[in-house]
Amino acid sequence: MESLYQEVILDLSRSPHGRGLEEHAAAESHQLNPTCGDEITLQLHLDADGEHIRAVRWEGHGCAISQASASLFSDLAPGLTTAELAERIELFRVAMRSRGTIEPDEELLGDAVALSGVSRYVARVKCAMLAWVAGEDAIQQVAAAH
Amino acid sequence: MTAISPAPIAPAFTNAELAAVRADFPLLGVAVNGHPLVYLDSGATSQKPRSVIDVERDYYETENAAVHRGAHTLAALATERFEDARATVARFVGARADEIVWTSNATEAINLVAYAIGNATAGRGGTAAERFRLAPGDEIVVTELEHHANLIPWQELAARTGAVLRFIPVDDAGALRMDEAARLIGPRTRILAFTHVSNVLGSVTPVGELVELAREVGALTVLDACQSAPHLSLDLAALGVDFAAFSGHKMLGPTGIGVLYGRRELLNALPPFLTGGSMITTVTMESAEYLPAPQRFEAGTQRVSQAIALATAVDYLQSVGVERIAQHEARLGARLVEGLARIPGVTVLGPAVGEHRVGLATFDVAGVHSHDVGQFLDDRGIAVRVGHHCAQPLHRRLGRVSSTRASAYLYTTDDEVDAFLAGVVAATAFFGVSA
Repeated sequence: MESLYQEVILDLSRSPHGRGLEEHAAAESHQLNPTCGDEITLQLHLDADGEHIRAVRWEGHGCAISQASASLFSDLAPGLTTAELAERIELFRVAMRSRGTIEPDEELLGDAVALSGVSRYVARVKCAMLAWVAGEDAIQQVAAAH
Repeated sequence: MTAISPAPIAPAFTNAELAAVRADFPLLGVAVNGHPLVYLDSGATSQKPRSVIDVERDYYETENAAVHRGAHTLAALATERFEDARATVARFVGARADEIVWTSNATEAINLVAYAIGNATAGRGGTAAERFRLAPGDEIVVTELEHHANLIPWQELAARTGAVLRFIPVDDAGALRMDEAARLIGPRTRILAFTHVSNVLGSVTPVGELVELAREVGALTVLDACQSAPHLSLDLAALGVDFAAFSGHKMLGPTGIGVLYGRRELLNALPPFLTGGSMITTVTMESAEYLPAPQRFEAGTQRVSQAIALATAVDYLQSVGVERIAQHEARLGARLVEGLARIPGVTVLGPAVGEHRVGLATFDVAGVHSHDVGQFLDDRGIAVRVGHHCAQPLHRRLGRVSSTRASAYLYTTDDEVDAFLAGVVAATAFFGVSA
């Protein structure tokens, strides 16, 4: 239980980071997990260069895993380019789908490694991925607009 | 809140009897995550007694053949077993054998009715089917309690025919607004579809009153009996509904089989839904004529082993005694709701302590998502259902996104309920609930 629900996850689910949508987002994605009704709307806000991420903002509801994951994603993204963030989303996905065989890289994923325990709970991987899938979709929207 | 002390329900089984029942269910003996399994998800699917598991294997080892075709010995034997199973299930729910149609599950049974009415509306079924034809402005009435399986087929039928879908709302506690039912059901109402027992709240619908309202205006009634057929003594003829649907796997039977009940004269007037082999009398290159019910609705290769196994499940339920099972579960339902109501931060949905409910309780933990509650319990080997239980509109009405449901059956013990309650207390501490 404690490997899945690390203290940082429980803390973030109570006091989320990046919560609350703002105007003038570069892209916005809405994702839904139909099996449990977890839902997120996530925005990418870019720097003036149109490449680096200034902020991720989100609104939604769901389990402790999905809520903490959205906070960890919004902590990770600022300062990265959209291409860099896309790579890290893929790294995170590979770790989540590894059934506990791949330890996520702390250098690249930061505090999001606290979610590594989720990969052993196949039914919960979708919860952890929800915000990251929304982020991926928003990045693709930005790329398509160029 | 004032303390309520409802009259205690007497135990239906001695400890020895309950232990003997449990010994018949191989899966109840397994360990999950290092703990003895506490299975409180029978509302989703029940576990199976050894007799059901064995009869399905025996059928394949000694009797397997295609039914209602072929003249060899095994085909005749399989057909007899298949039809005997139909008679057994029919008796169990107060029906005649030719009023029982096998389907894949209850969802298919409800869709069968909806699509057959759609086919009648498209002009199929001749003059006999005229009574089923819907016109724009006709109304189909459901309730806000419904499982998606008894809602979406009617949404689709309304969309195909121009009929209007309306619903009987529930109050803040989830009870059906019967005053609204009386107001809504009127001359335009053609179909009234409703659940017998709410799969979320465990409340029992006043079937008699609703049937009476429908009869006054000549509307067809369709009963979702998924949560009643396994748990309560069911007499569909006495209830007076026109159609009813239930699934095998929730009542100790295998997956892959469900039942549609229909009053004989209605089934024989209804055009078919699925068409093909085994449901015809004469076929030309241009058209076909159909067998009477139930064969008219059983196109293609049938679920023979599943039907036989479902009849064996019914035999098992009857050997234990349906009334005793209902009493046992009412007692467990009371124990669940009384225990949950005492836990700070926990809100039980549906009937309050002391009000009638079947052996299930659905609840919300303030500030903790149901998936987290379920995960915490699973770590202790306790299996419950989490999410919206295929009833999103009801959850929305009750102001919840999701909930956790514990559902008992004839094999559930007081100790299991207590282990579950202790688990919920521990979960509220773990996730830091402050009530």
